[in-house]
Amino acid sequence: MTTNHTPLLRVQDVVKHFDISGGFLDQLRFKGGIHLEKTTVKAVNNVSLFVNKGETLSVVGESGCGKSTLARLILGLYRPNSGKIFYDGQRIDTLTHEQWLPYRRKMQMIFQDPYASLNPRKTVRQTLEEPLRFHNPKMTAQEARDKVDFVMEQVGVDPAWIARHPHEFSGGQRQRISIARGLILDPDFIVADEPVSALDVSIQAQILNLLMDLREKHDLTYLFITHDLSVVHHISSRVAVLYLGTLCELASANDLFNEPRHPYTRALLSAIPKVGEKKAKHIKLKGEVPTPVKLPSGCVFHNRCVYARERCKKEFPRLIELSNSTFVSCHGVEEGWPMD
Amino acid sequence: MSSLLEVRDLEVKFGLRSGDITAIDGVSFELDPGERMGLVGESGAGKSVTGFAIINLISKPGYISRGSIHFEGKEISAYPPDKMRTIRGNRISMIFQDPMMTLNPVYTIGFQMIETLKAHRDISKSQARAIALEKLKLVQMPSPEKRLAQYPHELSGGMRQRIIIAISLLADPAIIIADEPTTALDVTIQAEIMDLLQELCENEKMGLMLITHDLGVVSQVTEKIAVMYAGKIIEYGPTETVVHHPVHPYTIGLIGSIPGSIEPGKDLRQIPGMMPTLTNIPPGCAFNPRCELAADICTRQTPVLEEKQNGIMAACHMK
Amino acid sequence: MKTKLQQFKESYFLYSFRRDMVAMASFVVLVIFLGIAFAAPWISPMNPYDSANIDIMNSEIPPMWMDGGSKEFPLGTDNQGRDMLSTMFYGLRTSIIIGLGAVAIQAAIGIVLGLMAGYLGGKTDAILMRLADIQFSFPYLMVAIFMSAIFQVVFGAGSFEQLAIPLLTIIIGLSNWPMFARTIRASVMGEKNKEYVEAARVIGLPQRIIMFRHILPNALTSVMVISTIQVANAVMSEAALSFLGLGMPVTKPSLGSLIRAGQEYFFSGSWWITVLPGLWLVLFVLVINLLGDWLRDVLNPKLYKG
Repeated sequence: MTTNHTPLLRVQDVVKHFDISGGFLDQLRFKGGIHLEKTTVKAVNNVSLFVNKGETLSVVGESGCGKSTLARLILGLYRPNSGKIFYDGQRIDTLTHEQWLPYRRKMQMIFQDPYASLNPRKTVRQTLEEPLRFHNPKMTAQEARDKVDFVMEQVGVDPAWIARHPHEFSGGQRQRISIARGLILDPDFIVADEPVSALDVSIQAQILNLLMDLREKHDLTYLFITHDLSVVHHISSRVAVLYLGTLCELASANDLFNEPRHPYTRALLSAIPKVGEKKAKHIKLKGEVPTPVKLPSGCVFHNRCVYARERCKKEFPRLIELSNSTFVSCHGVEEGWPMD
Repeated sequence: MSSLLEVRDLEVKFGLRSGDITAIDGVSFELDPGERMGLVGESGAGKSVTGFAIINLISKPGYISRGSIHFEGKEISAYPPDKMRTIRGNRISMIFQDPMMTLNPVYTIGFQMIETLKAHRDISKSQARAIALEKLKLVQMPSPEKRLAQYPHELSGGMRQRIIIAISLLADPAIIIADEPTTALDVTIQAEIMDLLQELCENEKMGLMLITHDLGVVSQVTEKIAVMYAGKIIEYGPTETVVHHPVHPYTIGLIGSIPGSIEPGKDLRQIPGMMPTLTNIPPGCAFNPRCELAADICTRQTPVLEEKQNGIMAACHMK
Repeated sequence: MKTKLQQFKESYFLYSFRRDMVAMASFVVLVIFLGIAFAAPWISPMNPYDSANIDIMNSEIPPMWMDGGSKEFPLGTDNQGRDMLSTMFYGLRTSIIIGLGAVAIQAAIGIVLGLMAGYLGGKTDAILMRLADIQFSFPYLMVAIFMSAIFQVVFGAGSFEQLAIPLLTIIIGLSNWPMFARTIRASVMGEKNKEYVEAARVIGLPQRIIMFRHILPNALTSVMVISTIQVANAVMSEAALSFLGLGMPVTKPSLGSLIRAGQEYFFSGSWWITVLPGLWLVLFVLVINLLGDWLRDVLNPKLYKG
């Protein structure tokens, strides 16, 4: 995948497998002689994508598609088994803890669960001042306090509540505090892992508006992880669709929603319930979702795809770029099979 | 008159150490055979409690403090537990968000279905097995024979929810109460389950009460909708009309705050603030602190649910 | 903004405490026990550790409500002529010092190792937990016998008397740390996958700070519960060791050594020398366990919401 300019973030052929086989005794197998067998979850398989400065790239997919793992790979919480990750042209996936520190200021994360993402034992002030003090040891107490007040106002939490604990806040307010923590180091790039899916609809709208507002004010670049396609359509510039840890399609939001190419994207889009629209016949998928422990051969989607042919079972489709800088990984699209 | 289910002025209270709080405050609605109704609201609005109240499953310290629940011509709100059991799981079934709440992980699907059947009816094991198979086919379960011998953990989330639906169908209920049945599922699976529920209601003439926070789902599946806010129904009417021409400012805000209802990139319509907790519901209209139309009367007088326009009932002074 | 005191007054903790008669009664009794132990030198009629006060002629006087009892010794005297009441006060003091000290040692070792095992996982976890298993499979009595034997060889039997308290504290402390380590490890494993820990990692905080400042405070409720139970266990262990003659010397009796000393006179009619300290010990351990049970119910996050 190539681009003319340097993207802010580039993920190149990243693979992450988790070993869940446990100890020696759990690995022991007696079928066909005694031997050890590892069980690995193939969470992310050869994913490549890039995020340009100032845009919002959404990564969508259903549970178990590896989108959260991808987020954590990008932020260095996990190390990829293979592949490379670049931030602003610098490779970051091989850095040590100390080498990561300058990037920690630039790359931050917002989490899904407003109840788990704030330390229940810490006040809002402690939660927000800790990153500031850690990254700016010379900062005075007054400077830190001013910065915290400023950021709290920006996310719409009254700075007078600074001494409260998380349990004294509602879910929406906690999510605002969590966003404040993500902003306090003035990052350029924010990974938001399902930031609104745990919230009620009316609160969700408040938080989405806030995120879009902050993007304007702070020139932020977002990587937005979500399963909610209507949210995706609303806020993203481009969208990457993941299925079983594999990238199916990467396109601008408009192109993707107007003209989805990959059969999985089509099925996904047709399944969104839209308010006030009489139910269109959604595309039914065959079979069951395979587990990431035992991936299907060839195209990982072939056992559920109504258009699948012999080639799909044998050969992994490579990511091809179409004319309008849409990337698709599908033999059918590549060869122009009729798919309607 | 004479609906299948008729709930009148239902009130549910919870006795807490600081005094009683009202979780459901004067809720009324009815459901006809084969009718699909959506009960919509955000968390804490009282929609699940309403569902539980109908089948008398409210756990202590909650209790029904007022109102009537008429089902098939009988008043069931004060039924003693053993009499209630002839209705619950029999004439009225309930489906929950988490299938594992209903399924016992240590027994096979078949065992659980057959046991449920035998508990309610005097039939032999082979008859029960035949019925179980028939219901699994009804929910379009692939290879139903095989499923009977499987344990819940061997199935995916979507399959488990199908099993739950099959179990809830065992006694040919008149009504299914589905409490967020697809919230834990992926969209593609959700679409299938919703299709299934809709077909079942149409073919088997079953009433469906769909409790959910997702207006999208409700608007596609149901014919009638009741929007709840802070323990009250604040808007009630045909789904089509409510979704396109909502009356109550809360419903308008709720629909406007769904991404997809508005041009991408534009600010979503947001309702300021949040729903009050049950312990401090504001006087007058509970929505008044968040409402842009609120006037003096809204803080003093509680609006009643009344006919407004196009067959919609709403509880609002300003409309 | 509420003060801490107001917050405490309105808390669920205090509310459930005041509704639980058993917990309240246990707490009152425990406070009395602790008060007695603390004030033993001032409230005891005599100092039983000081041989100058002891008159062998006063031995085996029954409690004052029995024939031959005297007002001078309300609960009678033991075989050496020490006032039972004073001996029990002092014995309780010794037992509590050893109990608390041992739990402090257990907790210190257990928390650090449990935190490391739970957070770092992998090989560290495997090694530490196997170590805990091995430690657990040694009966503490055996460890105690070994250690006191080694001690007496190294320092000589004479100094044992002076150093009995710290030695017993260390023996009991070292033999029970796996309880703490396992409990802490379990709650750390639950905490470490929560998003607030990931958030701390994204900020770039070093592991040490994440472990001790973020995870540990959230894992401490389980420590509170098992600490109370462990104090009771440590007191019992001390009593058992002393009863076997491996603990406190007869010159400085703890409750265990009192029971042991009196046992020989039990059948000769002087039952009070054994039974009274025994009941004293049982009551003390009982109230701690009752409080521990209550604490576990209250602090259980599954039962306690908001």
